[in-house]
Order: sequence, then C-alpha cells, then structure tokens
Amino acid sequence: MKLQDLLLIRHELLLTLTALILIVAEIFIDDKSKKKIVPLALFLMIVVTAAGILFPVNGTAFGGMYQTDALRSAMKTILDIATVIIILQSYGWVSKKVNQNKTSEFYILMISTLVGMNFMISSGDFLMLYLGLELATIPIAAMAAFDRHKSNSAEAGIKLILSSALSSAVLLYGLSLIYGTTGSIYFEEVRAAFRIEPLPILGLVFFVTGMGFKISLVPFHLWTADVYEGSPIAVTSFLSVVSKGAAVFIFTFVLYTVFAPVSAFWSQVLVVLSVTTMTVGNLFALRQENMKRFLAFSSIAQAGFILLGILGQGEQGFGSVIFFLLVYVFTNLAAFSVVAAISDKTGKENMADYNGLYKTNPNLSLIMMLALFSLAGIPPVAGFFGKLFLFSAAASNGYYWLLFVAVMNATISLYYYLRPVRAMFIEKNDNPIPTFKSDIYMRIGIAVSVAGIFLTGFISAIYEYYLSISNLF
Amino acid sequence: MNTFSYTFLIPILPLLMFLFIGLTGHKFKPIVSGVIGTVSLGIVTLLSYATAIQYFWGVGKIDEVFQTIIPYNYTWLQFWGNFKISMGILLDPISVMMLVVVSTVSFMVHIYSIGYMKGDGGFSRFFSFLSLFSFSMLGLVLATNIFQMYIFWELVGVSSFLLIGYYYEKPSAVAASKKAFIVTRFADFGFLIGILILSFYTGTFDFGVLTNPETTPVASMTGITFMGVSVVSWAMILIFAGGAGKSAMFPLHIWLPDAMEGPTPVSALIHAATMVVAGVYLVARMFVVYHFYAPGVQELIGYVGGFTSLFAAIIAITQFDIKRVLAFSTLSQIGYMMLALGVSGYGAEHGVGYMASMFHLFTHAMFKALLFLGAGSVIHAVHSNYMYDMGGLRKYMPITHITFLIATLTIAGVPFLSGFFSKDEILVAAFEHNKLLFAIEFLVAGITAFYMFRLYFNVFWGEDKHYHHTPHESPLVMTIPLMILAFGAIFAGYLPFAHMISPDKTPMHLHLHWNIAIPSVLIGLAGIALAWVLYKKKNPIPDKLASAFGTFYTTVYHKFYIDEIYLFVTHKILFNMVSRPVAWFDRHIVDGTMNGVAFIVTTSSNKIKGLQSGQLQQYAAVFIAGALGLVLLGIYFLQ
Repeated sequence: MKLQDLLLIRHELLLTLTALILIVAEIFIDDKSKKKIVPLALFLMIVVTAAGILFPVNGTAFGGMYQTDALRSAMKTILDIATVIIILQSYGWVSKKVNQNKTSEFYILMISTLVGMNFMISSGDFLMLYLGLELATIPIAAMAAFDRHKSNSAEAGIKLILSSALSSAVLLYGLSLIYGTTGSIYFEEVRAAFRIEPLPILGLVFFVTGMGFKISLVPFHLWTADVYEGSPIAVTSFLSVVSKGAAVFIFTFVLYTVFAPVSAFWSQVLVVLSVTTMTVGNLFALRQENMKRFLAFSSIAQAGFILLGILGQGEQGFGSVIFFLLVYVFTNLAAFSVVAAISDKTGKENMADYNGLYKTNPNLSLIMMLALFSLAGIPPVAGFFGKLFLFSAAASNGYYWLLFVAVMNATISLYYYLRPVRAMFIEKNDNPIPTFKSDIYMRIGIAVSVAGIFLTGFISAIYEYYLSISNLF
Repeated sequence: MNTFSYTFLIPILPLLMFLFIGLTGHKFKPIVSGVIGTVSLGIVTLLSYATAIQYFWGVGKIDEVFQTIIPYNYTWLQFWGNFKISMGILLDPISVMMLVVVSTVSFMVHIYSIGYMKGDGGFSRFFSFLSLFSFSMLGLVLATNIFQMYIFWELVGVSSFLLIGYYYEKPSAVAASKKAFIVTRFADFGFLIGILILSFYTGTFDFGVLTNPETTPVASMTGITFMGVSVVSWAMILIFAGGAGKSAMFPLHIWLPDAMEGPTPVSALIHAATMVVAGVYLVARMFVVYHFYAPGVQELIGYVGGFTSLFAAIIAITQFDIKRVLAFSTLSQIGYMMLALGVSGYGAEHGVGYMASMFHLFTHAMFKALLFLGAGSVIHAVHSNYMYDMGGLRKYMPITHITFLIATLTIAGVPFLSGFFSKDEILVAAFEHNKLLFAIEFLVAGITAFYMFRLYFNVFWGEDKHYHHTPHESPLVMTIPLMILAFGAIFAGYLPFAHMISPDKTPMHLHLHWNIAIPSVLIGLAGIALAWVLYKKKNPIPDKLASAFGTFYTTVYHKFYIDEIYLFVTHKILFNMVSRPVAWFDRHIVDGTMNGVAFIVTTSSNKIKGLQSGQLQQYAAVFIAGALGLVLLGIYFLQ
C-alpha cells in the first residue's frame, strides 16, 4: 500500500480521524467549557476541505468497491463546505445550557454521517453504496432527536429511523433483485449484464423508490415535513442540504452509468416523479406557517426541479445538477441561518413572528430576502442560473411540456417565497422581534453563504468546470 | 499577462468606490466621501493617460495600423460554440480616446463638485452615484462585445436617472428623471431587439468578429429581407434607435433639456460630455457594418444628425434658462457628430467624417463641460438659472468669465481654438459627400456663434441686476477645473487626430481646407457680431424682433411643441385607445384566469392538507402505495 493509495481515500480517512480526535478531545475538555469543541471541529473540517481540494488523486481501491475521480471529489468538496457552514451556524444552539454536556456528540455524529456519505459517493458497487447510505442515515436519526427535552424532536428522530428502515428494506429488495438477475453487484458488471426484463426492471424501480425517499420525492416524502420541523435547525439544514445533495449525486451517478442502457425507461419514471414532486411540494408549501416546515416543502419542490436536470442526461445534465447543488447549499443555508439566528435568540419560528423584521433587523431581513429570491430563481442571484441550467438541460433533451409544468410551478413558488418577504418588509407588527446581534460564528457562516450566492452567480468558470468534469461517458 | 494588464483597474476602481461610499459613506464626514471618490478618479485618469500614451505612441501601432488589443475577455455566459456573453476590455483608437475623455471630465467634475455640492445633505450619496456612473461609462467604452455594451448602457441609464433625480424632493426633478429614463429605455428596447436580430443571424456578440470588414458574419445576412427591407438594415436601424435615444437625437431628444434639473456638475459630466455621446460612440463602433451592409441607414443617420443640429440650434436662440441653452447646444453639436458619421467613407482619406466625428466628440467634451461648469459657477453665485436675473458678472467673477469666454469662442469656431479644427473637418467631410447637409451645417455654425454669444453677453455684460448679495467668484476648488478644461478647450485641437483615428485604423494625412474654413469662420464671426449688436448693451431690438416674428417665435420658444405632441400622443391616443382596453383585458381576462388558477391551487392545497396527518403508519402506507404505483407505471412503460 503506497501513500498514493491512502490519498485516494483522503476524505474518508481524514473525516474518520476528525471524529476520533473529537472523541478524544471530549475527554480532556471539562464540562463547563464544552463549546470549545466548536472551533476545533471547525478547524478540522476546514483542513479536510482543503486536503480534499489540494490532493486531486483519482483511481480505484479495494478491488473496485471504491472509486474516486474529479467529479466525486468536487461533490465531496461541496458537502465539506456545507458542513463547515453548518458548524458555524450551529454554535449558538449547541452552546446553550441544555446542550452543555453533549456538545461534542453532535459533531461526532455529524461527521460520522459525512463519512458515510463520502463512501456512498465513492462507491463502485451496490454493497458500498448501501453501507454508506446506512452509515449516513442512522446517526442523523440521533441528531434529529438531539433536543431530547422537546417532544417533537424525539418524534422527529423516531419517525426518521422508522421510515428509513422501510425505505432501506425496499432499496435492499431492489438491489437483491438486481444482483439475482445480473449476478454481480459491481456497477460495471451490472451494466453489462442488465437486460430489459420484468425482474431487473422491478429492481430498478425499487432502487428509484429507495433513493426517492432520501431525496424526498413525492410520494415518498411524507416524513420530510415532520422531521424538518421537529429537528434542531442545524440538523434540518444538514438534512436538506448535505444529506439530500449526497443522495442526489449517487442517484444521478447510478442512473447515468449502471442504468444507462435503460435510460429510456427510467426517464419516463422520472418525468412522472418530477411532475408530482414539483406540484405537490408547491401546493403544500403554499400554506405553511412554520418557517422550517415551509423550507421543508420548498426543498421538496426543488427536488422536483433537480429531476429536470437529471432528465437532461449527458454532461449537461450532470453538470447542471452539481452546479445546482452547490448553489442550493449556499442559498438554503443562508435561509436556514437566518431562521436559526432568530430561533436561537427568541425561540420564534413562525412566519407571523417575522412581521416587521426589517424595522428591527434590516440585515437579516435583506439576507433572507436574497436567499428567497435565489430559491425562487430571480436573476441575477445564483439561484437563477442554477434553475436556468437545469431547465436548459431538460430542454436540450426535448422535454418541452415538462418544462412548461416546471415553469408554471416556478411561478407558483414565487408566491410562497415572497410571503416571508412580505411579512418582513410590509406587514406591521406592534411587537416585532427585537434588534439583536448574533455570535461571530453565525455571522461568518451567513457571510460565507451570501458570498457564495453571489460568486456562484457571477463566476461562470464554476459551471464550466463542473461541465468539463461531468464527462463520464 | 500583457502590457495592458493594469487596465482592469480603470473600471474596477470606481465600482469599488461606489460600493465603499454607498455602503459606508454615512459613517464618515461627507468630505471624506468626496475626497476618496476624487482621488480614486484621479488614479483612473492617470491610468487612462498611461493607456493612451502607451497605445498611441507605443505598442498600439504595428506596421502603420492600429491594433485591437484585448487584455481581458472573461466568458460570463457560454451558450454554444462562439455564442457567448463576455465581460472584457477592448482597446482600440476610439475606446482609448473615450477613456481619456471620460476620465478627464469625470475627474474635473469630481473636483468641482467638492465645492459645488458643499453643505448639501446628500453629499456622499452624490459621490457614490458619480462613481457608479464613471464605472458604467468606462465599462461601456471598454466593452468587447455588444451585449456587454448593452449591460453597461443600461447601467449608465440608471445612474443618469439617479443623478437627474438627485434633488428628489423637487417634483420637477423627479418628473425629469422619469422622463429621461422612460424615453431612453424606450429607445433601448429598439437597441435590444436590434442586438437580438443581429446575433440571431450572426451567432456572435463580439465586436471583433462583427466589425471585421473582411470576415464579418453580417455578410451572411444579406439577401434576407423582412417587409421589403433587409434584416441587416432592420437590426442596424434599431441599434441606431438606441443610440439616438441616449444621444437625444430628434425625435427622442425631449428628455435632455428636462434633464437639466439635475445638479450642474452632473449635466456637465453626463448630459454634455460622456453619456450623451454614447450613441455616437455606438455608431462609430458598428461603423463597418453600417457602411458596408446598411448604407441606407448610414445616410439616415446623417440626415437625423443634420436635422437635429439645425432644429436644436434654432430653439437655443429663444431660451432663457442658461442650462437649457447649453442643453440645446449639446443636441446641436451631437447632431454634428452623427452627421459626420453619416457622411463618412471608409479607407484612406475617405474616412475623414469618421475621424472628424470622434475629433469633435473629444473637443466638444472639453469645451461643453467647461461651459456647463462655468454656468454652474454662475448659478452658484446668483442662485438662478435665468439669464434675465444675470448681467455684468464679468466684474465679479473674472476667472469664470475668462474661461467661459474661451469656451464660447471655441464652440463658435474661432480659428486656432480646438472647436475650429474639429468643426472644419466635419464641414470638409460633409462638403465632399452631401451638399445639402453641408449647407445645413454651415448655417448652424453661424447660429451657434450667435446664440452662444447671446448667452455670453447677457450673463457677463449688460447692467447689474438686483442681486440679493454681491456675486463673488467661486472657490478655487471650482475654478481650477475650469482653468484645466479651458486649457483643454484651447489646445485639444492640436492633437494629431488624423494620425490616430480612422475607420480602417490606418493613419490619414489631412490638412486644413482653407476654402471651407474661411467661409465658416466668417459666418461664425457674423453670428458673434449680430449678438454683439443685439445683446452687448440693453436695447429694445431683441424684444421687437421677437414680437415681429410673432407666432414663429412662440413656436420656437415652446420647442416646436414637440413635448406637447408627445403628451397628446401618449395621453390622448395611447392611453385611451390602447392602454385602457389592454388594462380592461388585463384586469378581467388575465387576472380572472390567474385568480381562477390561484383559487384552484389554494383549494387543492387545502384538500390535500389532510394527507399529512403526522401518523407514521399512514406515511408507510403511502410509501408502499407509491412504490406499487411506480411498479404499475413501470409495467405500463415496459409494454
């Protein structure tokens, strides 16, 4: 084993190391000052991110179970950046008195799931994919239930673990059918042996179902709202950005490589899922009053748009999906950070509480507005370009009527994205949220997200880079 | 990296200043905003001069041909192949010359404004907008492709809107800024459509590709017609419409006189020297296409320029607001520049019109900025815009008086000042190509001398008026820019323009045409003499003349009622015949449909709310049902 081979799995090794360091550090930090773990975790995550970018080594390990290339590294970098922002965002909440003696647990759990996602992204066969997926899921359930003193947090945890179990069962069933009919679990070999026959197709459908659960596609999305609402905000951010991003990536990857021979089949399935997901997500988002629930349904609708990019196929499809994920990281985290900042200080999470926010906290209101505009896809912020590339990917493959549905849905979404803006800027409130100042971590986190929203919108080289590395075929 | 790598600072510095002053200006004393804005513009000016010297007398010329140098060209939006929108910097003779014009005038206006705007409540807002304007204008000048130019074109429009409406508590200023924005925006709509037509057929926005006479893809558009006119002509006439809007050519000129509601330094910078010549610059930029593929449009440009210059000069005679006189004079002079482009040929000495247009743009920027700043100095002293409130000011304001006189002599075409040389070249070009346009310009030269000296005598000579307090000379911070610009107005004509600028980028060898210069000087002197007789001392002749001309005078005084015609067309015809029916359709049919959709959406949203019960067993059931549904769908698709 050469150093070169270790560099192949640099992300996973360093993340595991990070988790271990945090466990050891936990022993040496006394109970009163547990929040000192946050800068440590932050520093380690930045090291991991930097190492991931600085040593671009590509290749295969463990006899083909593990693969890495520029595209997968790019995706891991996106997840790392998102995790850094979430650590910054979580400081205020984690350093609360109720969380005092379990601060480090949170980060250990979070980084463990990240290890799982990294393995999942780098998987070269279905076994590794499944292992990564499970490693990424189980700690999240613990994270969702982190606010033990709140009943809805506990409820979120139990709902997540039970629904995941169900979806994993279906996914595993599908994978076993694929293995049974093709005789292999390696991506390359499955691809070669895949036949258009009822049994393997059934496996593919179950695979889509299982992954659809992770990405919250309608009708496999019902857990999303309750879990998003009940979980602490840092966990909700993590679920909606990191967890979903990793799942979208591997879903797209497997469809494009393993199931490339039957793309005509899964395209039809995705068209149906895309329409239901966009439409139902939007319809539910229209009347949400809780900000976290509102963002949950918005993220469901966004998943419907992502399917549009996947349908684009080829490098344009993959490039647009990854670019959208990057934009989505910054945009969604900016929105969640504002919600978290307000919730940390006041405990308020309802849209009505935001009435008149602009008068007392103009900066937060402007950031929230920017994020919502980006989610709605208003130029010139990044969200516009993200959506533009997704749509043009679909258009290049001739899905015009689907595009029409998507545009209609984007119009409807404008309505509910503007509702919080209206609350903050127009509605009067005798008793608004008082003026406050967030901690420095939160402010840095927000600054990074906002910078990301602008930079990804203006620097076209990013999209072109993704496009250039999306050439798998 | 190349020798021009520093040029990226030229547009970037003002942008940073705009952000810095705009975001943090309120934290400092106002003067800080003024000083840092001015200093950064000073740096930009130095960089522009360095660029010009290096370009014209250094690496710009290879084998007697000026090269187009593109130090930066960053792809911003890639569509396919060569079809992309870039953001970059393009250096060629006209863009480098414009750099000098824009940075010089902007720098002078910055210095001047520190004195002029002193004590104003929005001091730092003013300077942040000035920086925004400088950024936009420099970006426009340096654009490497027509789309980048369009983006900055709109930015320039926005900054102009913000600055005209700077005194936003004054209703007339608000109305003027709206008018300017709507009229130019309306014209820009044509510009955008023109760009789209052009790029649709050629597949590129790039100036380098479009304006290369040998290889331009515009050639492939010939033969395609729409409603009997070739699509090239459609595109180019629409693009010219955008230019005509910004450069206030008849009939889109109506916004410029009203734009004088803005602070006077703004009028000097935007509405005299830089933004209003953007249209001329645009036509010059696309000159190759106009000349070879849309000669009819080029001719039209010549006539529009000629007509505007005569029309505006006549109105200028009758106005009393000194800034409006200058505004109409600006219209008239830009008309000259357009006309010169309209009559220009291509290649060797035929390109004299093109060169003359750019030459006149340059000298005009100097003397017209000087006139405006001088007028600002006068307004500053007597607190009125009207010449009947002024008189005898030469005694009180010697520096303003002398510099203003120099500028007036320059615009009147008195020999050996800069305006004489540039105007002479335009007349030469017109004489060789179109005798009618030459005759118009010849006449306008006389009228110009007359109305400018009418203004000059009324303000600086005659008897003192009842001033509230004795007028006094403006502070040095305002008079120094006047002196510098006066220097420019005298000597700018000695720059060897013919060696620097020509349509084919090859130096020309020209000399003065005395057979044209002498008559034009004589008619200018005649205009001055007439003004001397009528306005040097107070006498009843001007009033008698005005009543003798009766209706004609009133018509001219009311600017030929063009504004009223616009109002009639928009209010009576457009609003009643088009807008109201459309509004009805929108309110009842479109809104009705949308409300119906919204009703369906909210109702179904209410109906399906029950699906989300919070019960896990139900979620599981839906999940399984969904999976089975997909299986059924799969079976269906497999068939």
